[in-house]
Amino acid sequence: MQALVIAAHGSHLNPDASDPTYAHADTIRETGAFDEVREAFWKEEPHFREVIRTLESDEVFVVPLFISEGYFTEQVIPRELRLEEWDPDRWESDGTSASQATLEAEDVGKTIHYCGPVGTHDAMTDVIVQRAETATENPDVGEGFGLSVVGHGTDRNENSAKAIKYHSDRIAERDRFDEVKALFMDEEPEVDDVTDYFESDDIVVVPLFIADGYHTQEDIPEDMGLTEDYRLGWDVPADVDGHRIWYTGAVGTEDLLADVLLERAADAGADIGDAREAVRELAASVAGTGADSGPERGSGRGGLDA
Amino acid sequence: MTVAADDLEALLDRASSGVALDGLRIDETDDGYNLEAGENRWPGLDEAALGRALESSDEYVTNWRYWQETVGGEGTARRAFLRWCERAPLADAEDQADAEATVDAPLGVPERYDALRDGIDREWGQLSITARFVDIDNPDGERVYDLWHVDDADSDLADLEVYDEPRDAREIATHDDDGRYRPLKTAPTLPAGWAFTGLSGDDLVDAVGFFYPATIANWHRERQGALDVDHWLETAERQTGIYDVIDELPREAVEWMTEACCVDSQCLRRREWEYEEGDDLDADGGDGPFPCREPCSLVIAAARKWAILESEEERTYELELTTSELNQLEELIDAVAEGRVDEIREADVNDGANRYRARYLRAKRFGEEGLEATKVDD
Ligand code: SF4
Repeated sequence: MQALVIAAHGSHLNPDASDPTYAHADTIRETGAFDEVREAFWKEEPHFREVIRTLESDEVFVVPLFISEGYFTEQVIPRELRLEEWDPDRWESDGTSASQATLEAEDVGKTIHYCGPVGTHDAMTDVIVQRAETATENPDVGEGFGLSVVGHGTDRNENSAKAIKYHSDRIAERDRFDEVKALFMDEEPEVDDVTDYFESDDIVVVPLFIADGYHTQEDIPEDMGLTEDYRLGWDVPADVDGHRIWYTGAVGTEDLLADVLLERAADAGADIGDAREAVRELAASVAGTGADSGPERGSGRGGLDA
Repeated sequence: MTVAADDLEALLDRASSGVALDGLRIDETDDGYNLEAGENRWPGLDEAALGRALESSDEYVTNWRYWQETVGGEGTARRAFLRWCERAPLADAEDQADAEATVDAPLGVPERYDALRDGIDREWGQLSITARFVDIDNPDGERVYDLWHVDDADSDLADLEVYDEPRDAREIATHDDDGRYRPLKTAPTLPAGWAFTGLSGDDLVDAVGFFYPATIANWHRERQGALDVDHWLETAERQTGIYDVIDELPREAVEWMTEACCVDSQCLRRREWEYEEGDDLDADGGDGPFPCREPCSLVIAAARKWAILESEEERTYELELTTSELNQLEELIDAVAEGRVDEIREADVNDGANRYRARYLRAKRFGEEGLEATKVDD
């Protein structure tokens, strides 16, 4: 038997913070690729501390639903899962290349394949592009468009900016969009000046965050000048300084993210059969109907209240 | 009722390695099969005779099939929980026998079969679980489970919202009756008005897991004597980042904290962690069926706040209040702490926590800066 554990942050204050975790877990449940699929959280239940013991499977794949490598993926999660043999060197990562490490969870004697976070997996690049497609309701979006990936910045975690730049570079290499730029909330180049960085009239802005919350639904839209007050909402696209800004919700809410979770587990040796195809088809059909586009309002404050 | 042919076949297949469950026992020996079903014993049977003897023990046979074939999972928490649901003997329960003997004595197969026709009820926190036969008139051993809020035990099913997908439990458990988010799943604020009916055993375990995550696993470990409790200090010392400070919380404050957070009125988990191994806390850990094995993330987050607040020095203040106003402050704090504020009637000015009383006190005693008090010790 094999199990998948999706390890996410969650929130004591805002129930929406865990919505993407539940949604992607349910998608993967539907594929039947794992005997057990379990959500686990730092701020909700089941806590990281107790999740492994709720599983009957002996082979457990843990995928952190986090954007970057850093404090949570390198310290908190392995410690709380009681992976005594863990050492960040096991990932041999430069900050964006973590793959997996196989360890024992000491309290339960099960084999844990501890995977790198979803945010730094190569497949995340596709999710960002798909996010641009759903936001513009155009599967061929690219020509005449600039794309910006937005992240938090380096104040809390030096790897946070690396993940943003990594995907921006990969998208740029594809020559699909006229321009690609990594922008940040708390460091240069700043998202506040988004229009300064683009010549294209149309700019798609994709925030590389897991859940919609304070940053994606309040800070960033106001900083970019999409709206005076986030409570009033904003248009997609919105006119700012002669550009059209296509602002999407957090990339973590994109259906295709379930595919990245699956890939992480498969890279670590999970047998997932044709689950990826199933998830990709599902995500494509959702994108095709445009069901998930437009601003998602009212998710309130406090996505991450750590 | 007759025993199905494939049950017989399955039993014969297993007989060589021995069958033993709930009073049914089959051993294969050189002299043929020995069969035991409850009080009855048949030694040295050939296959045909075994078949006939099993025909007369059909309850034992269908019970065996349900547990071995449908539920399976020998040694798992899932199986133990489902057995607990119908008061079947638990393999690891010998030392628990005394505790359970009076109210909760395990039932043998015939008694259980009688009871499963009517349904056997169990409570798990605010959840009420009924185990019953799928086919009540002609039971073939297959069980299903109903799940609802204990407050709805007497409600008509037609008045409840009926669900059959265990994941829906997540939605139900997200907000309380007043629409407030419930970050602590075991807070006694689960809303009523819903029911899951006819769940399979696996689905029941999933649904309970969505309502009260990890409670079954920890209950099971506790029964096996394998609950790994992490006491306050260990847990506090393990923290890093912004929670690094919580091990500085004075012992006394940890007492206040458990009294504030962990008692039954706030959390249905039974607190098993103490200040330290051998250094117990005074506050009552509660009586719930499922244990709490270490401080939860909510308590850790609150502890951080208290660790910071407790690092402040105490001072002496002077403020003018009448005796009734002092009493009113007590009533106000008490009403908030007990979550009683919403129950106080608009015109009940006898209650010190009445809103008009509070507004009057504020109008009278607050200046520009709030409460007018003077520091007198410096
Ligand atoms: S630490 Fe206290 S409040 Fe938290 S789950 Fe345990 S008993 Fe409940």
